Amino acid sequence: MGENLSQPFEKSAMSKDERIQLEREKRIQITAFAFMISLTLLAFIATGSEIIPAVFTVPFIVGLAVIQFFLQLFYFMHLKDKNHAWPNMMMVSGVFLSTPTIIALALLLGETKF
Amino acid sequence: MADSVDMTKGLPSHPERATLDGKNKFLGFWVFLGGETIMFATFFGTYLGLMSGTADGPTSSDIFSLPLVFIMTMILLTSSLTSVLAMFAMKKNNFKGLMVWMWVTVLLGASFLGLEIYEFYEYYHYGLGYTTSAFASSFYTLVGLHGAHVLFGLGWITTLLIRYRSAGITLTNAPKFYVASLYWHFIDVIWVFIFTVVYLMGVGG
Repeated sequence: MGENLSQPFEKSAMSKDERIQLEREKRIQITAFAFMISLTLLAFIATGSEIIPAVFTVPFIVGLAVIQFFLQLFYFMHLKDKNHAWPNMMMVSGVFLSTPTIIALALLLGETKF
Repeated sequence: MADSVDMTKGLPSHPERATLDGKNKFLGFWVFLGGETIMFATFFGTYLGLMSGTADGPTSSDIFSLPLVFIMTMILLTSSLTSVLAMFAMKKNNFKGLMVWMWVTVLLGASFLGLEIYEFYEYYHYGLGYTTSAFASSFYTLVGLHGAHVLFGLGWITTLLIRYRSAGITLTNAPKFYVASLYWHFIDVIWVFIFTVVYLMGVGG
């Protein structure tokens, strides 16, 4: 048994359907990447130029970052796929605990006035 | 899991989760990533609380250069895509594709790290030492922690690539490559928030 586990395979066991599915998935991933690139560009343009009033810049770019966060997790890291209930649960609890952590530290340290 | 691997059918379509070992690595790594999220949250919170405490030293808008950060962001984002492509190659039992895309990921990661070291070097010579101000300490600690993750990821993936350079895709190494690629994506996720919260908000916010 142990030997078999370190043996390479001659071929893939994927069926034709699975192959087509995988190619479709690949196209979706590349689209997601293009989307992430444009979100990044948008964030840099919003900050670098004065198109958006300064008051709106921060919520705008943080919003873009949150969208990109979900694109990375759900597409690149496959959280949207099935059999990912526990990973989703772990990331939800991570974000759930992170939010009060960030807010509490930012407010309590007191050097920056919000 | 059966007692032996049926080699005749070929590589399973999800080689990273075909064995109990792979399933455990997969689940355990997601638990770790949940924890990492909270650890980075404490560093982000600290930075947000201390970022205006510049103690007459250089401020963020004095030193940050957006073009450099933009290039670093693009490099890291592209390396995230190349590790996705490596995982697609792995699922199709394309060992050469896996190796090539993972090496490209390592190269992109190394150039990112090189730029980050250059960036810190420049800031230091501009007068922003680690103990110059609360802003400096929290900035170097947050961004440096991310850089340390990049360094660790590079060492990890390089070790896998060298160790399995001619092994082919097996049920032993598929979970290892998969988990390393998850880690690499997570590094990119953290960077998304660093370039937004630290750099863009530091320049324009």
